[in-house]
Amino acid sequence: MTYFLCLVLFCVGLYAIVRKRNIIKIIIGIVICEYAVNLFLVLFAYKINGRSPLYSPDQEITTMADPLPQALALTSIVIGLATTALLVGMAIRLYEKYGTFDITKINHLKG
Amino acid sequence: MKLIPLFVILPLAAAFLISLLGKQKRFFCDIASASITFILFVISLATIFNINSQILPMIYKVGGWLPPMGLPLVVDNLTAFMLLIVNFIAFIVSLYSINYMEKFTAKLKFYTLFLLMLGGMNGVLISGDIFNLYVFFELASIASYALVAYGNKAEELEAAFKYMAMGAVGSLFILLGIAFLYSNASTLNMADLSQVLSAQGTNKAVTFVGILFILGFGIKTAIVPFHAWLADAYPAAPAPISAMLAGVVTKSLGIYSIVRIFFNIFGVNPSFLNLLMFLGALSIIVGGLLALGQTDTKRMFAYSSISQVGYIILGLGIGTPLGILGALFHLFNHSMFKSLLFLNSGAIEYATGTRNLEKLGGLREKMPVTANTSLIASMAVSGIPPFNGFFSKLLIIFACIKSNHIGYGIWAIVGSVLTISYFMKFQKNAFFGPLPKELKDAKEVPFLMQASMIILSIVCLLGGMVMLPKISNYFTEPAKTVLVQGKDYSNLIFKVLNEK
Amino acid sequence: MKVKSKSNDKGMSLIVKTITRILVGLILIYGIYIILYGHISPGGGFAGGFIVALSYILFMLAFGKEEILKRIPQKMISIFESLGAIMFLVIALLGFTGGYFFSNWLPKGVPFKFLSAGTIPISNIALALLEVSLGLFGIFLVLVLLKFAPKKISQTDGEGE
Repeated sequence: MTYFLCLVLFCVGLYAIVRKRNIIKIIIGIVICEYAVNLFLVLFAYKINGRSPLYSPDQEITTMADPLPQALALTSIVIGLATTALLVGMAIRLYEKYGTFDITKINHLKG
Repeated sequence: MKLIPLFVILPLAAAFLISLLGKQKRFFCDIASASITFILFVISLATIFNINSQILPMIYKVGGWLPPMGLPLVVDNLTAFMLLIVNFIAFIVSLYSINYMEKFTAKLKFYTLFLLMLGGMNGVLISGDIFNLYVFFELASIASYALVAYGNKAEELEAAFKYMAMGAVGSLFILLGIAFLYSNASTLNMADLSQVLSAQGTNKAVTFVGILFILGFGIKTAIVPFHAWLADAYPAAPAPISAMLAGVVTKSLGIYSIVRIFFNIFGVNPSFLNLLMFLGALSIIVGGLLALGQTDTKRMFAYSSISQVGYIILGLGIGTPLGILGALFHLFNHSMFKSLLFLNSGAIEYATGTRNLEKLGGLREKMPVTANTSLIASMAVSGIPPFNGFFSKLLIIFACIKSNHIGYGIWAIVGSVLTISYFMKFQKNAFFGPLPKELKDAKEVPFLMQASMIILSIVCLLGGMVMLPKISNYFTEPAKTVLVQGKDYSNLIFKVLNEK
Repeated sequence: MKVKSKSNDKGMSLIVKTITRILVGLILIYGIYIILYGHISPGGGFAGGFIVALSYILFMLAFGKEEILKRIPQKMISIFESLGAIMFLVIALLGFTGGYFFSNWLPKGVPFKFLSAGTIPISNIALALLEVSLGLFGIFLVLVLLKFAPKKISQTDGEGE
């Protein structure tokens, strides 16, 4: 059931990318999608009655949650940061050139 | 054998060094990037000669960790074939951009981003693990987003924003697919994944993952439902970057990933091949028709790229060995002549300052080298014998007809007719005809740009000889065998690992 | 009564400036702790570097951009960022002495002590202190500086990966 809610969050972000007219709202849509995928990755790592995957010398290891998707999520967060930074920088420069954030008015290239 | 990580280390080290030391001397960044790409080209040639003397793939265990726990770097014949194409075009473009980028400021950042993109593409080709492939894929994508917006004019920023939004959505689909795949198979290594998936049989999760991957990688390859960013991004980028994007980025990040994942890991089934054939034929016709009405040279070449990539996907979708051989050979040819065409249009823009076909004309006497090389490239694209485009298109059409898909063969021939018509329009409007008054003092481009264009046109001329049996056994036949044997890839990798 | 101190009209109000003077040092030390103990407790390179960058950004928000540019000049940001990336690559290349690229070539001591686990603390420091923090701060600086110079031709600074 939790996995289904993650996909619903992904669809909310996708709706924002497809239907909104403001560039900043499109960027927020991409960021929401990314959060949904990271959440999905981390949720898949859980085993029932598992504890956090840290190794310490005084506790015995019974069931640990899987640490590999947590590393994948960390990498994906860094990649998302780079994408967001580039998108926001480009949005600022677009505002300088066109004077508006509305994508229906930024359409010099046609055909 | 020990040289395999150098494909990724050298471009990254050079990128960071250039961003550190580049302001000191004037020509440091030019010489550094040209020499690094030349060294990479030589190493990729050495890899091809090395891998044909043994039949098994070469595996390099990063950090000494044993797969499936660690990350392997795998070089087999398909990888060696594509590494040669990528590094050769990178070397030529690096030579070209020594003179072309004088018109822009901040040449330093151009070289940093260019070498980062090259490092990312090499990393995609040699990685043996799906998540490693995704990380390098993102590195190359982000560098190419920044490079498309390089000139900072209004249209370039708009095109780069469109490209970036679509590319970000594509990457997110791929990551979702990787998450589903990991939950299904609990391993990320490619060889291990194919064994686990074939032991499980097909279930709905794997079909869903397949669709997600086609969506994600299809946006990067620009097959027809996902092609909307291409026509804006290619004219907006500076000419060497358009040549790189058209020649190698769509091939290495898009087609190689689709082929590796679907042929070697999932195994082919007929419904998937039918989908590929349909998308390929659609791309050929839509790209061809949309290219007929363009007046901007680079936009016309962009639609033509969509059309030619459609040929490659059609050839891959046929599934027979002849079709796959034709598709791989057409991939090689398309990199060569499409890069040459983009470099030519960059040379026209450098000399005259415009790309609009209605304002150009009669440049034949003023720029002889550019005119002749573009004539060779146009004839090669249209499929006129004895240039290389003829042989690859012939192979694809033969493979269509031999496997009883005569309708697709007719679509491919119609696409060829469309190709020759818009290239004739380009040649007539740009080079033949009367010279307008404003272009009277256009002169030929500097020496290094001419040299790079001449080298590519020689490869276009002699490209037909790759089909001779002696060279073909070295070069394209082993690449085809890797794809044809499909899921056997994983058995080969485990055999190599267990020998050590 | 005139308060003579550093430019009182830039940046935020006096309350924010006083609290920031105390807090910046604490955030910086906390970030360095997360970096240095990255191989024993959760955290490591990226998270620690992010926190150190946050301390720079807090200083910049409270005091204005001239103050931070006096302490960390712009040239130093780009030089040290590339230097951090090169150091990380050199550490990975030196793994060739252990046989494979990127292997862990320093002696690994007793687990859970501070000086253990080979090259991991050194790569954490090179990556986080020099590259990630300055890279993130550089992105923030460029996004802020860009607004006041609309006619610049040069491209935005790249992200440090």
